[in-house]
Amino acid sequence: MIQSHIDASTKKWRLSLVTLILSLGACSLLSISFGSVNIPFSFIIDHFIGNSDNKIWSNIITQFRIPKMYTAILAGSALAVSGLQMQTLFRNPLAGPFILGISSGAGLGVALVIFLGVWLGGFIEMTGIGRSWLLVSAAALGSFLVLGVVLVTSFRLRNTVSLLIIGLMFGSAVSALVSILQYFSQAENIQAYVIWTFGSLGSLSWSELYIMLPIIILSLAMSILLSKPLNSLLIGDAYAESVGLNLKKTRMLIIINTSLLAGTITAFCGPIAFIGLAIPHMARMLYNTGNHLLLTPLTILLGAIALLIFDIISQLPGSQETLPINAITSLFGAPFVIWLILRKANINYTV
Amino acid sequence: MDILETIDLKIGYPPSKVLGQNLNLSCSSGELIGLIGQNGVGKSTLIRTICGLQPKLGGMIKLNGDHLTDKNPNAIAKIISVVLTGKPQSLNLSVLELIALGRHPYSGWLGKLRSEDKSKIDDAIDQMQINYLMGKRLYELSDGQLQKVMIARALAQDTPLIILDEPTSHLDLKNKIEVLNLLKSISDSGKSILISTHEIQLSARVCDSYWCMDFGKEMLIGQPRKLIESGALQAYLHIPKETLI
Repeated sequence: MIQSHIDASTKKWRLSLVTLILSLGACSLLSISFGSVNIPFSFIIDHFIGNSDNKIWSNIITQFRIPKMYTAILAGSALAVSGLQMQTLFRNPLAGPFILGISSGAGLGVALVIFLGVWLGGFIEMTGIGRSWLLVSAAALGSFLVLGVVLVTSFRLRNTVSLLIIGLMFGSAVSALVSILQYFSQAENIQAYVIWTFGSLGSLSWSELYIMLPIIILSLAMSILLSKPLNSLLIGDAYAESVGLNLKKTRMLIIINTSLLAGTITAFCGPIAFIGLAIPHMARMLYNTGNHLLLTPLTILLGAIALLIFDIISQLPGSQETLPINAITSLFGAPFVIWLILRKANINYTV
Repeated sequence: MDILETIDLKIGYPPSKVLGQNLNLSCSSGELIGLIGQNGVGKSTLIRTICGLQPKLGGMIKLNGDHLTDKNPNAIAKIISVVLTGKPQSLNLSVLELIALGRHPYSGWLGKLRSEDKSKIDDAIDQMQINYLMGKRLYELSDGQLQKVMIARALAQDTPLIILDEPTSHLDLKNKIEVLNLLKSISDSGKSILISTHEIQLSARVCDSYWCMDFGKEMLIGQPRKLIESGALQAYLHIPKETLI
């Protein structure tokens, strides 16, 4: 009897999934086609078939555009999924991957390296690869420091709302520290920090991608495995426990998972706003379900597609200029969230 | 053997708020028990403690003869299912998705429904007579429909004991009677049911036994009819005798 209902909804889900996979393929190809250097589309086809004749163009494609495409796909899907999990964990439609202070922590790490590095002498003089790894490690350390503190508190708390408030407090306290560091810094260091906050998808080389790729793939696989506990959290903590969920353990796993996703992306690409907040809502509009086993794959694909599109926009196709990705996502993300709130009288409806 | 047994159970909130002590209760299979008492007397606390959602302050709780504390949450979930007061946190679930959550103690890592799960869900939907609600989302339901769906979720969990905290509150008279009759038919099928309720006149018709609580007093336990006819219940609850006849 329920089988017919299940069959009907599975059919609709498969259709959404296939549409998204095809769109992802198309967007990936578009993303490789657009950039500061104008490379004709026919050459891109030639390049993949293997009969390219232009070494410089081939180099741009393999060393710059393909890594950037992978970065956008990984960052978009990782941020979208961690946003989805935070929204479910806190049952708050306005929660996102950075709600527990992950990006503030990363920002503090980077700020310390940039501002104190000068003061301690010479770190900032490092250029190129060494410096980029230093910033990545500092951001990772900063975000995992915040994660550690949040995890320790989560063990002491039974109430999830308290955890949300404490996460917000940590985030704002850490941001305040960054402000104080900025206050005592020289203009060029402040500029270096501000440039980091713009976010960047194009600065990753293959060697950095090889580190990021397995972490994100593993965490995304873990997200699928977290579907069942996330589903039971939807009806409330007490009900979730009554169907056999270990609340504290689940909460810890979800926090570690989202922090790995959001923390890794922030470490490598800088802060990228709004993907995590807006994409889960878009996924629910595409296929409305409370079942995370179905919702998570759609969110992964939609996040990847969205960030690819934002990246293409930020390249300003046809021009030499590039706009900061963090500004573009917010520029398009903010009106979407505003529209969402105006459209739904009862915002709870969307979680 | 009793499905539920408490020995010198002490309930309340640490460090010093005790709501009940020396509670020696037992519930055998197929029994429908009504938990009666004023607001704030500790009915919900007792229910939450029995379900393992809140630590007890002392004494013992036995489920099927085993200590509650020895069991992991998943094992408890195969013995007790609950319907709590208030609406579920997210109302953006379909009726089917909600009822399917009742199968969580049995399903695998990903929570996919097997054919046995599907047939248990079918049975629960049949038993609660809510076939017509299948395609709906929770926010589309009336309070009475939602309560039946929540009970169906507990039924799908397929436990020998179902505990419901005020299942008839917020319902109109017709729905109150319907829900109580459905609970009666579930207990007739062999499951034990514990409900907390303020509907003494209505629930007296269906309950096999009453557990009555009052502040600082020992619990009063007995058959509803006998307790009311003798006036013991009215005296215990501080109400005039004629109000319940």
